[in-house]
Amino acid sequence: MSNPDILRQNTSDPFAGERLKLSYFHERQAVLNLRDAWSSWNGFKFADYYYDVDYEYFCIRNTCGTYDICPMQKYLIEGPDALAMLNRMVTRDLSRLRVDRVTYVAWCNDSGRLIDDGTVFRLGDTRFLLTCGSPCLAWLRKSTLGFDHLTVTEYTEDLAALSLQGPTSFAVLDAMGLAAAHTLKPFDIGHFPFAGGELMISRTGFTGDLGYELWIEPDLALTLWDSLYEAGEDYGIQPYGESATNMARLEAGFIMPYMEFNEALKTVNFEYDQTPLDLDLEWLVDFTKPHFNGRRALLEQKTRGPKARLTKLTIEGNKPADGALLYSDQTCGKEIGYVTSAMWSPAVKANIALAMIDTKALRGEIWAEIYYQRELRYHQKIVRCTAVSKPFWAPARARATPPQLT
Amino acid sequence: MTATDTIIIGGGHNGLICATLLARAGQKVVIVEADSQLGGLARHRAFYPGFHASVAQTLYALPKAVIDSLSLEKYGFEPAKEPIETIALSPAEPPIFLSRNAIAGATDTDRRAFPAFQQRLQRFSQALSPFWAKTLPRLGATGLQGLMTYGHLGVKLRTLGKADMLEFFRVATLPMRDLVDEHFEGESLKAALCWDGLLGSQLAPRSPNQGVLTLLNRKAGYWGGSHSAPEGGIATLISALVAAATEAGVQCLTGNAVQHISVEGSEQGLFCTGVELANGEVLKSQRVASSADPKTTFLDLVGAQHLEIEFSNRIRRLRSKGYVAKLHLALSELPVFSGLDKPLGRLILAPSMDAIEFAWDAAKYGELPEEPVMEVFIPTLIDPSSAPPGQHILSANVMYIPGEPKGGWTQSLRQQLMQQLMETLSEYAPGIENLVLGSELLTPADLEHTFRLTGGHWHHIEPAIDQLLMMRPTYEAAQYKTPIEGLYLCGAGSHPAGDVSGNPGRNAAREMLS
Repeated sequence: MSNPDILRQNTSDPFAGERLKLSYFHERQAVLNLRDAWSSWNGFKFADYYYDVDYEYFCIRNTCGTYDICPMQKYLIEGPDALAMLNRMVTRDLSRLRVDRVTYVAWCNDSGRLIDDGTVFRLGDTRFLLTCGSPCLAWLRKSTLGFDHLTVTEYTEDLAALSLQGPTSFAVLDAMGLAAAHTLKPFDIGHFPFAGGELMISRTGFTGDLGYELWIEPDLALTLWDSLYEAGEDYGIQPYGESATNMARLEAGFIMPYMEFNEALKTVNFEYDQTPLDLDLEWLVDFTKPHFNGRRALLEQKTRGPKARLTKLTIEGNKPADGALLYSDQTCGKEIGYVTSAMWSPAVKANIALAMIDTKALRGEIWAEIYYQRELRYHQKIVRCTAVSKPFWAPARARATPPQLT
Repeated sequence: MTATDTIIIGGGHNGLICATLLARAGQKVVIVEADSQLGGLARHRAFYPGFHASVAQTLYALPKAVIDSLSLEKYGFEPAKEPIETIALSPAEPPIFLSRNAIAGATDTDRRAFPAFQQRLQRFSQALSPFWAKTLPRLGATGLQGLMTYGHLGVKLRTLGKADMLEFFRVATLPMRDLVDEHFEGESLKAALCWDGLLGSQLAPRSPNQGVLTLLNRKAGYWGGSHSAPEGGIATLISALVAAATEAGVQCLTGNAVQHISVEGSEQGLFCTGVELANGEVLKSQRVASSADPKTTFLDLVGAQHLEIEFSNRIRRLRSKGYVAKLHLALSELPVFSGLDKPLGRLILAPSMDAIEFAWDAAKYGELPEEPVMEVFIPTLIDPSSAPPGQHILSANVMYIPGEPKGGWTQSLRQQLMQQLMETLSEYAPGIENLVLGSELLTPADLEHTFRLTGGHWHHIEPAIDQLLMMRPTYEAAQYKTPIEGLYLCGAGSHPAGDVSGNPGRNAAREMLS
């Protein structure tokens, strides 16, 4: 096995500055990445999968798995103006977010187009942690204009973070001696002594199932990993990568950058980005708040109604509708939208998809033109789709407090 | 007390004009001015006991339409009977006298070229002149009004005739140097002809993209943009504006600085409710119109936290560094300029376009120019009452002086600049140093401080193509409305631009009444 650590330390490496960074959990994850299936995320070497995508997906749904969120971007925003600054930036009202609570947020440019989504952790009255998928420091700096009493700290590499998701995730914590975490309700934060340091646990995740995110100082990252895997041995713990995450989040109905939305600050073509209303995230936009970025544009769009809306579909048959165009009738006469993500869902036992569909067409029939391959030959199917309003996968155990112990 | 309809921030000429027009339309209007005196950069101040002058030293951009729309003649303002001459001076050449359509003292070639050159620019300026007095439509707007404005512009340019129209498009964004080099040969003449395209901006003769357009804007003023000095001085313009405002019922609170523009929020969004003064007093109104510069208005008075992120950062990045210093000298008698019987006119002390360019080269790197160039006027020749009998004032616009020189402004740097200015002046008017009773030097940093002018910029923000027309000061605030409901702009940072033209104030009032 190659050892990138040696490359990194080798000062004669002509590509030293170009090599992917290694996560604080890399040492353990590299051993388990039997397929060497690496991709990258924010400059970190990052597992696409470890052994088998479906196997990892079933661990999320049937036992539990860990997902490395060290590459996720983290910013610490502290000071008397921190709340006001964040509250002007995001579409949700953070003033009601209590200490030791997390909330899902989105933020937009002045035109109401979505820049990114993420989570805000209220760590104290004037102390917040913002996490998101893509680097956001430049936007945060712009957002602080007019707010003099705060600091924004790039905190990504100051925390080791690991997501622990699946029905047995609490059982693993319990076996580790963290039974006290049973009181955590969804979006709660708890602080627990661990190996001489402090482990922060939030009941959050990106799978729509019971799960937690674990936050710890980098020096204790491997100790945490070892404790989890020792305690989790009987509970089917397994690392999972990007591919299994993408399956789980789609079942939960969560949006993914560059699948459902194109980050506004990186979009070249006019209105090829999306607003939260386009993405069916109106519940995330609090118009009772008099001022937040993009409000005027979003209010105007709300009045007019979005032209298209992200819609959950169940689709006839079992052929995933990846990239399918959608039509208002079986003859494919009028195009009304396109699929953004699709899969056969083993948990739901349904052919599911997220799709952007013209709002007007939502009242009528929806047909998907699916192309699929069989031994290099393409075949086409035109099948009926049904719009659904609830997440495809939302088991009661995801919200049960105390959580199940099996 | 009845409720105030509109509070105007700043009692300069634009604030006064906007206030008067609103009050005449029936609004109850209050002007809040930080200084004890109205008039802004045109206010008449004592800079030395017995000697009064204003930073604005001549009039050129004030259009007849503004004078007429306010009936200023009724309130004691009389435009000059004729414009003053511009006199190009150089230690190396005899003086050249420029009036509107003729020059004296220049070479035969230059003399012959001048009338056609002036007339063509005048035709261009006339084609554009309606647009300085209009609100320019938002980019992307497709309303009838907007299309008509652009249609009107098209028709105006078309009626220039094919040759002139093509020539207009060719020269409109030329550097001043290229324009005058095409037509003239005399060095000091060319420097003087450049001057009005450059004054007050971050532009030198070789700077592309703006000089000619600025010149055309100025030429839309009374006397075709020729500089003039009304009898009684610029003070008569301000006193007429104040009288017009007072008669219209405008209330003026002088000596009251605005600390904040009050902003409140509801489910409808943010809206402006009035202003809070530095003394803590809160004044309520339906609307506020600010003639303060856009950075002061949005970043200091509103606060970026009440604006959107991209908008507030565009305001932060507005280019607003001024490079003109003001020199006032109190003189015991009329100075004698070499070659001139009497220094009556506007004297351009710049031997060549290179001299102007070199002065800019130094200033843009934060240094004082080795040889400053300047525009000199003796206001006491028109209005003797601004100095004690027999004594005189020299007023000069000096280019280019950085607002933030390397190492900052120190006493010794000021002295160095003052000494340089006196040396330059004595080259043209030997012995002038012996006449000086007192002086005032206002660097861009002083102008910023004294007149609450970000960067000490005359035009509030640079009048360049990125910050002009439907982009002035920036999109989403370029039609006098702002993103805050009830808050308007009515100062030099709005279309068309700075100078004492009054168009921003007049246009803003029209928008607020529409």
